[in-house]
Amino acid sequence: MAPRVDALFFFLIALSLFFGLLIAFLIVYFAVKYRRRPGYERGVSIDASIALEIFWTAVPFGITMVLFFWGASIFLDQTQPPVGAIDIAVVGRQWMWKLQHPEGQREIDELHVPVGRPVKLTMTSEDVIHSFFVPEFRMKMDVVPGRYTTAWFEATKEGEYPIRCSQYCGAQHSGMLGRVIAMTPADYQQWLGGGATGVSAAQAGQNLFQRLGCATCHKSEGGSQGPSLAGLFGKTVKLQDGKSAVADEGYIRESILDPQAKIVAGFQPVMPTFKGLVSEEGILQLIAYIKSLSQQERTAAK
Amino acid sequence: MNSAVPAAPDAFEVRAHQFEDVEQQHHASWLGMWVFLATEVMFFGGMFAAYAFYRVGFPNAFAAASNRLDVTLGAINTAVLISSSFTMALAVHGGETGRNKAAIRYLLLTMLLGAVFLGVKFYEYHEKFVEHLVPGPAFRFEGPHAHPAEIFFSLYFAMTGLHALHMIIGIGLLTWMALKARRKRFSPIYYTPIELTGLYWHFVDLIWIFLFPLLYLVGRHL
Amino acid sequence: MNGAPQVHYLNVDYGIRSWLFTTDHKRIAWLYLLSVTLFFFFGGFFATLIRLELMTPQGDLVQAETYNKFFTMHGVTMVFFFLIPSIPAVLGNFLVPMMVGARDLAFPRLNLASWYIFILGGLFTLASAAAGGVDTGWTFYTPYSSIYSNSHVALTVVGVFVTGFSSILTGLNFVVTIHKMRAPGLTWFRLPLFIWAIYATSIIFILGTPVIAITLLLVGLERVFNLGFFDPARGGDPVLFQHLFWFYSHPAVYIMVLPAMGVESELVTAFARRRVFGYSFVAFSSLAIAVIGFLVWGHHMFVAGQSVHAGLIFSLLSFLVAIPSAIKVFNWTATLHRGSISYDAPMLYALGFIGLFTIGGLTGLFLASIGVDVHVHDTYFVIAHFHYIMVGGSVMAYLGGIHFWWPKMTGRTYPEPVARVAALIVFLGFNLTFFPQFVLGYLGMPRRYHAYPPEFQALNVMSSAGASILAVGYVLPLIYLIWSLRYGRVAGRNPWGARGLEWQTPSPPPTHNFDVTPRVVAEAYAYDKEPEETYEFGSPSRA
Repeated sequence: MAPRVDALFFFLIALSLFFGLLIAFLIVYFAVKYRRRPGYERGVSIDASIALEIFWTAVPFGITMVLFFWGASIFLDQTQPPVGAIDIAVVGRQWMWKLQHPEGQREIDELHVPVGRPVKLTMTSEDVIHSFFVPEFRMKMDVVPGRYTTAWFEATKEGEYPIRCSQYCGAQHSGMLGRVIAMTPADYQQWLGGGATGVSAAQAGQNLFQRLGCATCHKSEGGSQGPSLAGLFGKTVKLQDGKSAVADEGYIRESILDPQAKIVAGFQPVMPTFKGLVSEEGILQLIAYIKSLSQQERTAAK
Repeated sequence: MNSAVPAAPDAFEVRAHQFEDVEQQHHASWLGMWVFLATEVMFFGGMFAAYAFYRVGFPNAFAAASNRLDVTLGAINTAVLISSSFTMALAVHGGETGRNKAAIRYLLLTMLLGAVFLGVKFYEYHEKFVEHLVPGPAFRFEGPHAHPAEIFFSLYFAMTGLHALHMIIGIGLLTWMALKARRKRFSPIYYTPIELTGLYWHFVDLIWIFLFPLLYLVGRHL
Repeated sequence: MNGAPQVHYLNVDYGIRSWLFTTDHKRIAWLYLLSVTLFFFFGGFFATLIRLELMTPQGDLVQAETYNKFFTMHGVTMVFFFLIPSIPAVLGNFLVPMMVGARDLAFPRLNLASWYIFILGGLFTLASAAAGGVDTGWTFYTPYSSIYSNSHVALTVVGVFVTGFSSILTGLNFVVTIHKMRAPGLTWFRLPLFIWAIYATSIIFILGTPVIAITLLLVGLERVFNLGFFDPARGGDPVLFQHLFWFYSHPAVYIMVLPAMGVESELVTAFARRRVFGYSFVAFSSLAIAVIGFLVWGHHMFVAGQSVHAGLIFSLLSFLVAIPSAIKVFNWTATLHRGSISYDAPMLYALGFIGLFTIGGLTGLFLASIGVDVHVHDTYFVIAHFHYIMVGGSVMAYLGGIHFWWPKMTGRTYPEPVARVAALIVFLGFNLTFFPQFVLGYLGMPRRYHAYPPEFQALNVMSSAGASILAVGYVLPLIYLIWSLRYGRVAGRNPWGARGLEWQTPSPPPTHNFDVTPRVVAEAYAYDKEPEETYEFGSPSRA
């Protein structure tokens, strides 16, 4: 994505240079050519030309529309993570970044990734708004408490790339730094194996699922107090009031913290809230677990 | 200058120095009041926008919280305010026709109705305090909707509080108009202050007419 | 040249009471001039501290918490207490009645009340600074401002809240005056373009300011009464704050630039001695900017978690709002063609304005291009962009206007050679300060950073060096303008040979501006006619 951003950026520079120099030249040229001197005390008031006005309205309009479509096309791709991206959970807080790989590796202020594979970040904040910015990837997305934001990138070269918080978040805002460390796929696999806790994010989520008692009501075979979660992720769910919702990350987080907000059709509003009982990282692990149930179902169905 | 209308005894004294004539002054004052009301629309509008945003986000919570408000008292207050707009219009009419005594009478009536409104409001606030529905550390709301309900009540107090403040200012303006009427200031030539005060009072009434259903009648069935 | 009149608005009455209880719009303009100048240097003081700290990569001058207060106080002071009032409340108050041929604004006492409200708001903010300051950034984003900050947020938002009413009342006064008190013959399309600009600005004052008032009120209430309105843990939405905040604060930047564009039109026409090219296009473009300006606030939130659709719509509209500004730039440039151009200080400021505003506007296109904004949002690129518009644009226009109308306001001329040198110093110092910041932003230096990676030091040092030059450029006018009050050459009625009703009065004008209400019989900027041919002053009708 970065080269595309740069292409538009440098086109804008060229455009600005052109118009900037044009105006500067005209100003200087006119100011000298038509300077006041004895015998030339007053200017000549020319009538306005509608044609000229239309011209220099239409040309900027045309140019700005080109810029709009170009920028929009880049943005649409910036906001659509490719399929098969590695799912990294990110939690920001004053003044550090906490990240977790699907395989379970946790990192603080560092993110190891393999070169050549897209990486999708699902992010939230524990306190104030922060922003996850990797200048060299031309990638930035705010990290907001109370909801998820997503972003993605793909490292094309090995190396270390600074992460800088770019939404003012208090005293150590300029100290909230990190690094993305891009490695060859082989090195990455090695690194994954090395820091083992042995427990993947989905497994950690499953442990939480048991420990917090979710399994009591959400039985996989269905027919219990709460809807079955097998195969849920990504599906459209029918709600009690007739509306429907897509069961994405945000939906699951809301169901855990504010269960009364959306009641699934055919079920009673009896789920208690787990606010204060599970951390943001824990919720992301539960989401990883619930996602894995969909994958299991798909593999089982094959 | 309108030469068809005979000049009132103190018409000259009535014109402020920056205006060419009384007519220009009247037009300017009238436009000024409407522009001011436009700013008030935007002022309350910000809170209506926030209300709309949260209500769409938490329809059930808002319904549950709204049910804790006293509809009867709200309806009484609505009737009181509408009546006060009627008496206000009569007061303006009194000023317009030079009947200053009538103007005073209706102004006092309007003030009385306004005071009734505020009294009922104060009573309601007190009730909410006793029921622990004032947002803050003492807030208590049973059931799953506690947090959005607190937001509802934040909006309730902010919006009705701001409205009540405007009512208090309005009563102050009415007092001032009553004093002017006592000095026989109003005539068919010059009744601008009471006319504009009327505009302000009607506007404050209108805000309540929006507030009442949005706050008191969420999810209620007849 | 005719000398100063015997009795004029400055000497008609002496003593502090005659100033503090005045209802004369011209004296009120001076009250504002003094106040905003104080606030300008107060805000500039914080800017100096910021640039000093940023000379080195480490945060070694002050602690992080203190630095965060510096940039907050700089922003709050400059935005709310200098840029927003400056041209409207100083030049607008002084000129609007005179330009429309009236004796005063529609509501003179309200005008004085506006100034007192402004001062009251300023006192709250100064009190907050004295008590230790606020560290939320001038944008007060929640939940940092509503819950986490340990600084004097409530006191500061009260200050900004109160000052907002000053703007609202000033806008109200201007709208009514322009609608109802124009002299006979002064139709809308004969009005000076400064009046069109002030009118468009006043629309924004009236419709936009109440929204920030209520938004800041909610933040203040949340802090004081622990409400949880923007607290995600209690169901609140921090991004709602951003929508409410930017709904005003984007149009606010047009409050800051439209009057400057109005001044620009006046300066270009006066110092090229010809009619502005494309008068009606320039007039309508002011209105277009005001209207479209209300529709683009989401471009501050492209990466805030806003929906993709909303982002695209705001990007499109943000491009549209650039077009009227481009139209103005082309028309001003065309006005130079076949003009008779002098290089007096006001014109130097005006020419500099066109160049710097153009750069600022072009870099706005970068930010409207949503795919590029993702990279440069919240970096020094944005800081450079808005300083080009607000400082390279608005402040230059303000200084140009002050110089242009100084003879009218004071009856004295300022020393021209020094003034020209100062204008050049400002232009050079400004560019050296802010151009490197475009590069810094592209390279990835975020905003509001107390310490930064060492590779950014060279550009930061350049920027700080420029700032010191810019400071000299601002202090010079302060000195020689004050000097001119006593020692400046006495100006006549119309030292620049300009057109416009304000130049038909003595310098300084009498309290009531016109002995006789003029009747306008020509278009604006009729440089092809003599000034006397453009107005008729009949027999006195009213005192």
